[in-house]
Amino acid sequence: MSFRQPSVLPGFGLTFGFTTCFLSAIVLLPLAALVLAAGSMHFSDLLRVVTSARALGSYRLSFGASLLAASINLVFGFIIAWTLTRYEFPGRKVIDALIDMPFALPTAVSGIALTTVFAQNGWIGRYLEPLGIKVAYTWVGVTLALTLISMPFAVRAVQPALLEVQRDLEDAAETLGAGRLYVFRRIILPTVLPALLTGFTLSFARAVGEYGSVIFIAGNLPMKTEITPLLIVIHLEEFDYQGAAALGVVMLVISFVVLLTINLLQAWGRRRHVRAAH
Amino acid sequence: MAASPAGALAGEDRRPGQHSWMHTIVRWLFIATSLAFLAAVLLAPLATVFVMAFAKGVDAYLHSFADPDTAAAIRLTLLTAAVVVPVNTVFGLAAAWAIAKFEFRGKSVLITLIDLPLAISPVISGMVFVLLFGLHGWFGVWLQEHDLSIVFALPGIMLATMFVTFPYVARELIPLMQQLGNDEEEAAITLGAGGWMTFFRVTLPKVRWGLVYGMVLCNARAMGEFGAVSVVSGHIRGLTNTMPLHIEILYNEYNFVGAFAVASLLTLLAALTLIVKTLVERTGYRRR
Repeated sequence: MSFRQPSVLPGFGLTFGFTTCFLSAIVLLPLAALVLAAGSMHFSDLLRVVTSARALGSYRLSFGASLLAASINLVFGFIIAWTLTRYEFPGRKVIDALIDMPFALPTAVSGIALTTVFAQNGWIGRYLEPLGIKVAYTWVGVTLALTLISMPFAVRAVQPALLEVQRDLEDAAETLGAGRLYVFRRIILPTVLPALLTGFTLSFARAVGEYGSVIFIAGNLPMKTEITPLLIVIHLEEFDYQGAAALGVVMLVISFVVLLTINLLQAWGRRRHVRAAH
Repeated sequence: MAASPAGALAGEDRRPGQHSWMHTIVRWLFIATSLAFLAAVLLAPLATVFVMAFAKGVDAYLHSFADPDTAAAIRLTLLTAAVVVPVNTVFGLAAAWAIAKFEFRGKSVLITLIDLPLAISPVISGMVFVLLFGLHGWFGVWLQEHDLSIVFALPGIMLATMFVTFPYVARELIPLMQQLGNDEEEAAITLGAGGWMTFFRVTLPKVRWGLVYGMVLCNARAMGEFGAVSVVSGHIRGLTNTMPLHIEILYNEYNFVGAFAVASLLTLLAALTLIVKTLVERTGYRRR
């Protein structure tokens, strides 16, 4: 049989059959329904929905805030990963475990808690208010929520790469008179660059689809603080299934492009790793 | 040479990562920045949950769970997780067995498809079931004629939750089983053990920590899912409101003690999840 290589182990038919059937029923068929629902629209209608002023406004916020959040996480994710891998300080292990909190914490909880902290009278919001910085119910709040929920991706992508940086190489460079910044630019950065970019892309991917934490802090004003997933929900609540499906397909296409980018980045990282090992 | 001890000492001082004051400053700058960032975006919100939940005292906190709608939301969330987690666990085991134990064409495509729900917005994960089973959906009319409801009812909530938590167990087990190899299973089969016996006596004990890891993460996401469930639930109080959805309703009604009391339970669940995860990692099971 050319489909699979022979093996003495049993159960291929059962497990492979169950896997593909269940996958088709729960994931593939429903996604096909989405694409077909959008495909059943007249092309002009589809174009009208996905390029309406309100939709364009929501893309601007969703993508702008997600890019900004991923950039913030690129910087702080690196700093946190560096701190956790290079330095020993009291509570390091607890902090390390807490990094995954946004994975485990339900988004609705993150949403109401962030809104409370950054509202005008909140713990942090009250100090930002006199400075003229409004967080809750503005795009700043949206960015903040997206930063929180996508932060673990950035840290966890960089951490293993930092552990792989050869310390003896750094030591050798410094012994030969290289400055710290030079070592960072020529040894550390090239090693962790693929991981940094992967973390950035993963953060962005997570942020762009986020709904739960954002709707509490956003204020949800059309054209101003309305993200694309919320616009989809509004279409659904008006029983405009086709409009919702059209916007859903736009987001799906973007997810695929991002997923492809992640795979390419990871392949690039592996190739560099193999080259470095030789 | 007289100068050599002093020179050696200076060299010793400049050893990277050691005593130079530059390194000390950079080190504390990094630690301070990390802690400040985490305190603002993570620790402050976590503390707020409990401060707000107990803002009017312990009695008010406990009283908020006496609300029948809150109790119903907790029951619904537990019920959903009790169905979804075992189903996705069975799926994860089957997928990992097929993918890790055999070589076949299209394997990488299959792995990508299993991971697909992770890349999809939760709103879309819920919407696909509305498109299929909603009143104006593909099977809407048929379902109505047969007096069945999926969307705005329990089955829809379970389907949407199953969709978003679909990859969690599988993506933990597949790399683990690939890494552990097939030698022991092949020996067991060659010595005459049956397939099921090999699975239960050889494979399952080998992958048990990966399984626990995946199930705990799957459970956390199942109990906490908001977007996908929100789209299919219909928000019927006492009937189709899960805990995260109930938080939204209470919060929008300015019942902050109630909202944060439910949130505190989910926060404790998240903390418990992290503790189990850390303990599992300590057994030597590492994420890749």
